[in-house]
Amino acid sequence: MRPAANPVLEVSDLHVSFGDVRAVRGVSYSVSPGEVLGIVGESGSGKSVTSAAVMGLLPPSARVTGSVRLHGKELVGAPERELTRFRGKTVSMVFQDPLSALTPVYRVGDQIAEAVRVHQRVSKENAAVKAVELLELVGIPSPSERALAFPHEFSGGMRQRVMIAMAIANDPDVIICDEPTTALDVTIQAQVLEVLKKAQRETGAAIIMITHDLGVVAGFADRVLVMYAGRPVEVGDVDDIYYRMRMPYTAGLLASIPRVDRGGRQPLVPIAGNPPSPAALPPGCPFAPRCPLKIDACDEAEPPLFDVGVGHRAACIRWEVVRPEAPGRHAALEPVAPAVRGEQTVLEVDGLVKDFPLLKGALFKRRVGTVHAVAGVSFDIRRGETLGLVGESGSGKTTTLTQILELVPPQEGRVVVLGRDTARLDGAERTAVRRDMQVVFQDPMASLDPRMTVYDILAEPLRTHGQRRPARRVGELLALVGLDPAHAARYPQDFSGGQRQRIGIARALALEPRLLVLDEPVSALDVSIQAGVINLLGSLRDRLGLSYLFVAHDLAVVRYIADRVAVMYLGRIAEIGQVDAVYGAPAHPYTQALLSAIPLPDPARERVRERILLEGDLPSPAHPPTGCRFRTRCPKFRSVLTDDERALCVGVEPEVLPVADDQGAACHYAERLDVV
Amino acid sequence: MTLSEEELAEELTGDLGRAPSRLRVVAGRFFRSPQGLVGFAVLALMFLLAFVGPLFSRWSYTDKDFTAFLQPPSAQHWFGTLQTGADVYAVTLRGMQKSLIVGLLAALVSTAVAAVVGAFSGYFLGWTDRALSWITDLLLVLPAFLILAIMSPLFGAGQWVLFVIMLALFLWMVTSKIVRGMTISLKEREYIQAARFMGVPPVRIIFRHVIPNLSSLLIVDATLNVSAAILTETSLSYFGFGIQPPDVSFGTLIADGSRTAVYAPWTFWFVAGLLVVTVLAVNLIGDALRDAFDPAARR
Repeated sequence: MRPAANPVLEVSDLHVSFGDVRAVRGVSYSVSPGEVLGIVGESGSGKSVTSAAVMGLLPPSARVTGSVRLHGKELVGAPERELTRFRGKTVSMVFQDPLSALTPVYRVGDQIAEAVRVHQRVSKENAAVKAVELLELVGIPSPSERALAFPHEFSGGMRQRVMIAMAIANDPDVIICDEPTTALDVTIQAQVLEVLKKAQRETGAAIIMITHDLGVVAGFADRVLVMYAGRPVEVGDVDDIYYRMRMPYTAGLLASIPRVDRGGRQPLVPIAGNPPSPAALPPGCPFAPRCPLKIDACDEAEPPLFDVGVGHRAACIRWEVVRPEAPGRHAALEPVAPAVRGEQTVLEVDGLVKDFPLLKGALFKRRVGTVHAVAGVSFDIRRGETLGLVGESGSGKTTTLTQILELVPPQEGRVVVLGRDTARLDGAERTAVRRDMQVVFQDPMASLDPRMTVYDILAEPLRTHGQRRPARRVGELLALVGLDPAHAARYPQDFSGGQRQRIGIARALALEPRLLVLDEPVSALDVSIQAGVINLLGSLRDRLGLSYLFVAHDLAVVRYIADRVAVMYLGRIAEIGQVDAVYGAPAHPYTQALLSAIPLPDPARERVRERILLEGDLPSPAHPPTGCRFRTRCPKFRSVLTDDERALCVGVEPEVLPVADDQGAACHYAERLDVV
Repeated sequence: MTLSEEELAEELTGDLGRAPSRLRVVAGRFFRSPQGLVGFAVLALMFLLAFVGPLFSRWSYTDKDFTAFLQPPSAQHWFGTLQTGADVYAVTLRGMQKSLIVGLLAALVSTAVAAVVGAFSGYFLGWTDRALSWITDLLLVLPAFLILAIMSPLFGAGQWVLFVIMLALFLWMVTSKIVRGMTISLKEREYIQAARFMGVPPVRIIFRHVIPNLSSLLIVDATLNVSAAILTETSLSYFGFGIQPPDVSFGTLIADGSRTAVYAPWTFWFVAGLLVVTVLAVNLIGDALRDAFDPAARR
């Protein structure tokens, strides 16, 4: 798709600086009606600042130069009054966090009506009618009732739909979406992306899609702009960027993401080093210090964007030699030998149940309900094995995890850690078990005490378990996770996110545990850093003979690192089994929907893929549906089954039953299907 | 561990440099900051003056010079004399000994009590919290000044320790309420969870993770408490409670001096000046300590 003759929005040579820090350095792009431009970059690459500059939403301290033309009209330096006329009418925006983007004290319908009335002369009644129409368009069920609800009564996905409804209320020409689906679960993300596509069809607007997720862009964008260190480093059609990239950074980015459609264990190719700080850029090409193709000439000057094809430009002096690093789909997949499971069981969870009371009242708390966070979960982990526990938010995976880590007798069921039942542990035994079971948390900043030096952080588990001279081991541990032992005197904040996570892993390994519980260990990291940490986890497991319980919502990461996977839905396991079996031929309708909802960083396949879209949101765990918990959203229940067959789903809660060698699904009508 | 292993460990410690634990890093940063150095030097000087200074004077604080009543500073009496003929230099330094010890100790004790009580009730909640909160509330409603006044006969000669404890007892409650609230939110942080799952006992978590992370608040509180303790002691002594004569403190001296300050300024200004310098030095130390503890304050 070529840009049409008259673009709606034209950005040329846009620079933004905050004091001495140059956040954006020369961004140029244009979008035509109906075109989708994806802007991809890691955190700190300047992608969000660019869009805020286009909308004129930057604080006064920012210095903006260059030109932003909307229908040929200059926006940079335009008076505020003029900008207000454009905002929301010609250009509208969808933000990342739908909770903070809606005013909590006004009804949703009124907020949409307000967006309409700001720019159009319509009566209150007409605006309200229009609001309901818009809510219907974005797929909110019973819109006329929901328009009277307040934002907190909506789920995250529903709120994002409301944001989209507001964005298209005035039939804009450009919609800027800043990470619109980052805060949402995969199945909800698929729904919201569908709504965005529909909104675009209805309005014919151009969409600028800002994201760090290469999968989302692949299926959605026509053109892609890759940003690095405040500059576009590659621009082109989506196929050019994914299949014929000419910039080593793009190639590295694509090679470093684990893919849900790729089995086998070829190591990911991480990009070395960290993104440069915008305050201290290297002299030449900003990517040169991390680039595998670097030559001396790279350090001399920052390369301009070379024309490397039709409508395809890349900022690399060696663009001719850049080749995609990643092999094609399943290209490197040799037939996997059926995995033999180890003998020794390190963790066994059997029928685990955990309820939380819902209390009401300030002085006298009375119980008004029960949240069934975990309702009968069973799995086991053998020595040297990795079990991935996946599920969307609210599925109970974190509760399961804390139940195991607390080492207290469970409410119901049995937890056996390293051969010891937690219901029969005394104090000394509990300390002994803690030594063998360690945890790595999600947020590397929050899990390290900011007031302790790295030395003290790593020495803490050693001292706790009676080692008097931890210095030598601390040095060993830092070397083990690939950090310089000389940095032990620094504080956590002096390290980047990926390095902090390595410190967290080093702390967990300090006591040579046998079981490591990993709670979303890479989800807070940038794509290029994530690969390094995943590789580290993989190699440590092989070298030290560890077993992992790996909790994540990112199914691609789990496929990459896990041997077996358990998919949770609303406090129960929907499907469990060997990774390649579950990913290759999922049997439970929920797993199928989950897998088909994940966008692949592969434009050609994305275009032909059929998505199994789930309807609605996760039911409240306080009132789970009778019988099968998934039946309210189950595509099979809705359209395939006969009434007689449905009766079983409504009446009887399915147990996990084997469907293949090492694969079980909790569905009365399980059927294996390839959906990736 | 056998001896040879220990030696080996020692050797290996060497190539990591000396173990860079928190205490060492904080101390290093404190003494590298000019404010901390100045504050520390001034406070050390004050102590030196208070305890060594009297040795250089011919007069002790109990001596009366019946040849010089209310005389301005001279070679004979460096800071002048009082109406009673007492040497101002001698009594000021004697008062400073008392005030420095009472002020600093009362501040440290009250902040420590606040931190420990607040952190324990916030961390354990439940019955610990209820019991500790009950004590805190009880002390808040007791009229502190009255009780100290009633107990003042007990603070006779040499009973300054009891006086410090009583002063501290009525200073900690509000801070401990703040600490309790902050502990409750801190408890949910992942590094506290991490330590818990590591098997670190709760009491050690409180002292190693909770209290250091509240250090900014606690240091500010301790700094303010130094002034508060000195002032409480001053006001108690002003009314005749607190430090009993013939012993003196900054409070009794200022109380006496304020009456003659207009026409005999030396009876008042030396004491007041030293009090201001002391409090200033304590504040400088407090600021420098807070920065040294806070890893983010460096840049």
